[in-house]
Amino acid sequence: MATQSTTTTSSAYNVPADALLDVRAASLSFGQVRALKGATLHARRGEVTAIVGDNGAGKSTLIRCISGIHRVDSGSISFDGGPTNYKSPEDAREAGIETVHQNLALVEDLTVWQNLFLNREITRGVGPLQFLDRGAMRRKAEEMVSTLAVNVPAVTSRVRRLSGGQRQAVSICRAAGFTSKLIIMDEPTAALGVQETARVEELIQRLRSEGHAIILISHNFAQVLKLSDAIWIMRAGRCVAGRRTAETNGDEIVSLITGARAGDHPDESE
Amino acid sequence: MDASAPSFLRRLTDPAVWADWAALIALVVLVLVFQTLNSTFLSAGNIRSMLVASAILIILAVGQTFVVATSGIDLSIASTMTLAAVVFGTTFAAGWGLVACIIAAILAGGVIGLANGLLVAKGKITDFIVTLGTLSAASGLALLLADGKPQTIISAPLLRLSTGSVWIFGYSFLIAVAIAVTAHVVLFHTKFGTYVLATGGNAEAANATGVRTARIKTAVYVIAGVLAGVGSILLVARVGAAEPAANTAFLLNSVAAVVLGGVSLFGGRATIIGPVIGALLLTALVNGLTLLGVSQFYQPLSVGIVVVLAAFLSRFQK
Repeated sequence: MATQSTTTTSSAYNVPADALLDVRAASLSFGQVRALKGATLHARRGEVTAIVGDNGAGKSTLIRCISGIHRVDSGSISFDGGPTNYKSPEDAREAGIETVHQNLALVEDLTVWQNLFLNREITRGVGPLQFLDRGAMRRKAEEMVSTLAVNVPAVTSRVRRLSGGQRQAVSICRAAGFTSKLIIMDEPTAALGVQETARVEELIQRLRSEGHAIILISHNFAQVLKLSDAIWIMRAGRCVAGRRTAETNGDEIVSLITGARAGDHPDESE
Repeated sequence: MDASAPSFLRRLTDPAVWADWAALIALVVLVLVFQTLNSTFLSAGNIRSMLVASAILIILAVGQTFVVATSGIDLSIASTMTLAAVVFGTTFAAGWGLVACIIAAILAGGVIGLANGLLVAKGKITDFIVTLGTLSAASGLALLLADGKPQTIISAPLLRLSTGSVWIFGYSFLIAVAIAVTAHVVLFHTKFGTYVLATGGNAEAANATGVRTARIKTAVYVIAGVLAGVGSILLVARVGAAEPAANTAFLLNSVAAVVLGGVSLFGGRATIIGPVIGALLLTALVNGLTLLGVSQFYQPLSVGIVVVLAAFLSRFQK
């Protein structure tokens, strides 16, 4: 029993060799506000890694660090075997980290294919004279969305005309396309109805089976328990505990989030 | 094919379709009305002079379109043109060659555009305030530079530019068309154009995908400034002088042409053909009224009514 509890409590330091993402003691302050106070976690390929925690626990800040929007003040983030030093979200995308933002980050006035290829345009031409290959992008977009389980929107329709579920599907499709290795999803089903949520969940499971690593931020415990393989619990800017989903339950997670149960790292959680 | 007939009928009764084509429909109606009232309206000579008269407005409207597509507005576009014209006049009077004067005028426009762009994008000051400021500053600079006096320009090539034509298409109109075609290609067939629309549609989303929206915003004001510089050459050629005059009508009409063309003032949706037709419409309106002998004082009134009507129609846009 003693050894069992040791392996559980030290899961943050027990990084498997095949971890795709390895965050160590990441700290970040905005002026006087310490948003992250040494968060440590990792994520593996072919797994859904959930991050849960109350509002203000630092989840969004942490994923913003991973996706290159913020840079940590101290600590380290390794991705795919090497340290990261992303100066912009573009660098992170280049490395294979895609983010599906909470606010979707789609341009409503552009078409589905234009959104899928935004800042990834296929061009042809000579030297500085580069013109968009609209046909090629439309065709490829067609292929990308046809693999969706969600009712497929026409790639030539403007995003404004799409339902919430279709928009989310396009966002996820953009993240899953190209050469992404890690997909970060911030509340991917928060604004969706029951049916649309089920479809997006199917999509997440399919991406996992295709070998993508997925980081899922969600307030929906049923969803987290259903979809994830590992769960990290954040509280006050720290990862207070990490669990394999199979070895935990909703009650334990809730008590870890609220602080009713002490975290695994009492030295850090004050 | 069976489905297309009823859908065509449905489209005819759909106000959104009318809104998209408001400028073209209005132009056709206007042409028919004026032609019925005065048969010289559609004479080759009158068409030619209308097209020439529309050239400057088309160029300014194209520049304005790029700015409006990013959900900005350039209120300084006409005074930038005035300043560029005066720079042309000053350098011309100083004995510079024609090409050097043209480059100087376009550069002057570009510099004002760059100032606008940097203040809006990097300085994060509201576009309305920034360009209102440069509107005043540029016309003030023009007055200072010209000492308040017009500078007569006598130049054979410029005279040819304003009077020469290929059939009914004057050289200045052809220049405007070339600029409009280039602008269309840039807006719809380059990365830059997509980023312009993305910046106007949802700057936050564009940023998140790595589009450098601040650069795009700066660039569109530079485009507007440079096109104002090009417009100033045509203006100088047409008037035969570089005047530090206010040219306010050009500002209002450039915005009006953009609105008539169905470009969303909230950004993200734009065409080039729309504002070009809008510019033609406004020019035809003024030309037709003049032809009918209607007092000049009615022209601003009629332009105002047409613009408000177009804005009303654009409410139905989807």
